[in-house]
Amino acid sequence: MKMKKTLTAIALGFGILAGAGNAQAAGSGPKPPTVDWSFNGIFGTYDRAALQRGFQVFRNVCAACHSLDLVAFRNLEAIGYSEDEVKAIASSYEVQDGPDDSGEMFNRPATPADHWPSPFPNAKAAAAANGGAAPPDLSLITKARGAGGDSALRVSLFHPGGFPLGADYVHALLTGYKENPPEGFDLPAGKYYNEYFPGHAISMAPPLGEGIVEYEDGTAATPEQMSTDVTTFLAWAAEPELEHRKNLGIKVILFLLVLTAMLYALKRKIWSDVH
Amino acid sequence: MSGGTSNFQSNSRVVNWIEHRLPVFSFLDSQLHQYPTPKNLNYFWNFGSLAGIVLVIMIVSGITLAMSYTPHTDLAFDSVERIMRDVNSGWLIRYIHMNGASIFFIVVYIHIFRGLYYGSYKAPREILWMIGIFILLAMMATAFMGYVLPWGQMSFWGATVITNLFSAIPLVGDWIVQLLWGGFVVGNPTLNRFFSLHYLLPFVIVGLVFLHLWALHMHHSNNPTGVEIKDEKKDTIPFHPYYTIKDMYGLGLMLIFFAFFIFFAPNYFGHPDNYIMADPLVTPPHIVPEWYFLPFYAILRAFTSDYWVYQIVSLGGWLMSAKLAGVIAMFASILVLLLLPWLDRSRVRSAKYRPLYRFFFWVFAIDCVILGWVGGLPPEGVLVTIGQWSTFWYFFHIIIIVPVVGILERPKPLPDSIAASVTSAPQAAE
Amino acid sequence: MSETASGSAEIDEQTRRDFLIWSTVAVGAVGTALAVWPFIDQMNPAADTLALASTEVDISQIEVGQSITVIWRGKPVFIRHRTPEEIKEAEAVDLADLPDPQTDDARVQKPEWLIMVGVCTHLGCIPLGQKSGDPKGDFGGWFCPCHGSHYDTSGRIRKGPAPNNLPVPGYEFTSDSTVLIG
Repeated sequence: MKMKKTLTAIALGFGILAGAGNAQAAGSGPKPPTVDWSFNGIFGTYDRAALQRGFQVFRNVCAACHSLDLVAFRNLEAIGYSEDEVKAIASSYEVQDGPDDSGEMFNRPATPADHWPSPFPNAKAAAAANGGAAPPDLSLITKARGAGGDSALRVSLFHPGGFPLGADYVHALLTGYKENPPEGFDLPAGKYYNEYFPGHAISMAPPLGEGIVEYEDGTAATPEQMSTDVTTFLAWAAEPELEHRKNLGIKVILFLLVLTAMLYALKRKIWSDVH
Repeated sequence: MSGGTSNFQSNSRVVNWIEHRLPVFSFLDSQLHQYPTPKNLNYFWNFGSLAGIVLVIMIVSGITLAMSYTPHTDLAFDSVERIMRDVNSGWLIRYIHMNGASIFFIVVYIHIFRGLYYGSYKAPREILWMIGIFILLAMMATAFMGYVLPWGQMSFWGATVITNLFSAIPLVGDWIVQLLWGGFVVGNPTLNRFFSLHYLLPFVIVGLVFLHLWALHMHHSNNPTGVEIKDEKKDTIPFHPYYTIKDMYGLGLMLIFFAFFIFFAPNYFGHPDNYIMADPLVTPPHIVPEWYFLPFYAILRAFTSDYWVYQIVSLGGWLMSAKLAGVIAMFASILVLLLLPWLDRSRVRSAKYRPLYRFFFWVFAIDCVILGWVGGLPPEGVLVTIGQWSTFWYFFHIIIIVPVVGILERPKPLPDSIAASVTSAPQAAE
Repeated sequence: MSETASGSAEIDEQTRRDFLIWSTVAVGAVGTALAVWPFIDQMNPAADTLALASTEVDISQIEVGQSITVIWRGKPVFIRHRTPEEIKEAEAVDLADLPDPQTDDARVQKPEWLIMVGVCTHLGCIPLGQKSGDPKGDFGGWFCPCHGSHYDTSGRIRKGPAPNNLPVPGYEFTSDSTVLIG
C-alpha cells in the first residue's frame, strides 16, 4: 500500500508537476499580479460586456499597429454582435482581393468571411514603421505569454508558488509602465520602461491613456478598466472555444465519474469470489 | 502465441466455418478469455493495457488531425489554428492528441518503473523487456517529430537543437545533419519528412506492441511476488472477466485524469512559445523540450568539458569532445536499460523481498525526478552541479549498484507460491 | 446466510450482477458512441468553409447570348443571358418528353437569366456549352463529354445517362446588375 502510493505520487507527480511552461520565457521581471478573470476556473465564461468593450479598445487603439490574423469578422458574432452588426463592422474595413480579369489587385469592403486586416502589408513594413520592432500579432497573445494558457492547475515543479497566466501578464504589461525608470537603469532612446516586460525596455509606448476611448456602454475608460477589458477580448481571440470546452468538460467528467463508479461496483462484484 | 490452451467450442455454423479455416476464435479465447493470469496482480499491472489504449487514442486522433493539417512551413501553423477554430470539434481532437502524448508517457513511465520494481525484466522475460525499450525509443522519436509539426517557435528550435546532436558524430556528423534536414537548416523538406515519419512510426509501434504481447504470453505476466506460476488452478484466474473488468475500471480512472487536462488545463504540459509561429531568425531565450524528455536533456547538458565523469571517460578530453560525450550519454541512458536483465544478478525478482535493492530503487526514482527538474531549468550555478551528480548516479545505479546489490544482498524468504502469498496476506494483493 | 434462504439469495445475487453488467455495458456503449461523433463530425465542412457559402456576382457585363462560369462553394455555376429564341424553345417543350419533368418557368426567376450548377448529374463532370465554340448537344444547350448527356436551353436533361436536370442553386437578384448565389 505504502509503496503503491509513493510510487504513484512520484511517477504521476513528476509528469504533472513538470508541465506548465517549463521555465518561463517572460521571466526576468516581477511576477504579474493574479487577476480574478471571469473566464478562470472550471466554470469560467467570458464577460460579454467586457468582451465588447475590449473589442472597442482593440479596434480603436491596438489595431493601429497590431494585426489579429486568426480572427475573422464572422467570429465577432460569438461576442454578442448580430449578423447585421458584423456585416456593418466588416464593411467599414477594406481588404485586398484579386486579381481581377485585367490582372490587377483591387480593394473591396470586407465581408464577414474575411479575416481582420493587418495594419501593415508585411512584417518588414511593420518593423520599419515601428523603429525596427514589428508589433506582434495579437491573435494568440494570451496563450503565447505567461505559462499554461488558460489553466485550472497553477502549480508545477518549476513554479511551486503558482504560475501567472498569459492574461495576467498581458494585463500587467499594459498597466506596468513607469514614467521614470529606477535609479541606474539605462533606458535606450525610443524605449519605454515597463516593470513586467522582460528586460524592461519596451518599444511600445504606453497605449492606454486616460479616456483614449469612450465606451459605448458608458463605463469610465480608466487605464485599469481598459486593460482588463482588452485582455478579456484578447483571451477570447486566443481561445474562442473556451466556454464550449469547459461546458463540455463538466459533462464529460460527470459522465466518466458515473461510468467509473459502475465499473468499480462491477469489479468488486466480479472479484468477490477470488481469494 | 503460446500459453493457455483453448477448449473453445461454438454452436454457430458461421463461427465454426471460419474457425476451421482461420482459428481466430480459439486464438482470442485462449489469449484474452481463458488466458491464465496471476491472481495477485495489483493496480500497477493496469498500466500496460492503459498504454495500449492510449496508443489507439493517439492513432485515431492523429489520423483525424492529419485530415486538416498542412505540412508546409508557410501554412502549418495556420492550419493547426484553423483546426482549433474552424474545424468541427477540431480543438477537442487537437487537445486530445496534444495531451495524449503526455498521458502516454506518464502511463509508460509508470509501466517501466513497475517493471523495475518487481524485476519483470528477468529471465525468461528479457526479450519482452527489450522490445519494451524499443517501443520507448520509437515513442520518443514519434513524439519529437510530432512536436515539430505545429511549427511554433519551440517546434522549430527543438528540431534545430535535437537534429544538431548528430553533428557531434566525428567525420560524418555534418553530412548526417544535412541528410536529416534536406537542406542547410530545418526547413520545409524537414517538416515534410517529419510529418511522413510521424505518421508511419505509430504503426511500427503497433507492430512492436504485438511482439511485446507475444513475448508476454509466452511466460505470462510477472506478479508482485515475482514467484512464477506453479499450479495454474490455484495461482491463476482467467483474464476475462477478472482482468478485463479491472482494466476497464483503471481506464475509467485514467480517462477522468486525461479529461481534466483536455478540458481544464489543455496547455499545461505545453510551452507558451509554441503559440508563436516559427521564426528562424529569433531564438527563444530558453529552449526546453517537452517534459518527458527533460531527464535525458539534463544528461545531455551535464557533459561540460570540466565534468569529472567526462574527463575520465574521454581520457582527459583526448578521446572525444564533451559535446559528443553528452550525446552518447543521452542515448546510452536508454540503451543501457537493454542490459539490465544481465546486470541484475539477483535470483529474486520482486523488490518486495529485496530491502536493499528497494532502497536503491527509490533513490534511483528520485534521481530521475531530479534530472527532470534540472532539465527544465536554465543550466546555471548550482543546477549544473546537481545535474552532473544526478547524471553520475543514474549510470552508477544501473551499472554498479544493481549488479553489486544483486550479489551481496540477502533477500527475505519468498512465499511458496502465488496462492500461498494471497492466503497468508489477503490485504497485500489488493 | 441461513440454509433455507441461500437458494433464492443466489438467484437474487445473479440477477443483480447481470443487471449491473448490462447497465454498465449500456452506459459505456452510449459514451463510446458519443465520443466517436467528434471524429466523424470533423470531416463535415468547417466554419470557414461554410462562411464562404455565398457568392455575389456582377452580371451587368454579360451580353445576350453569352455565358459566364463563376465558382460557388468550389463548384462551377453557369450564368447564361439567354436569347429570346432560347427562352421560346425552352418554354415550348412538352413536359412528357422530359426524363425529369420541370417547366422552364420553375427553373428561372427572370426568363433571360438561367443560373444553374454546371455539374452533370450523371457522375459529376462539367458539361460543355459555355463558350461559343463548344458543342452544345442535340438540344442547343449543354453537352457532357464524359458519357454523352444532352441538356437543353433550360439545362434540362434530354438524352443520355444523366438522371436529373442541372440543379438550380438558391439565388436572389440583389439589384438589376448583381445576383447573390447561395
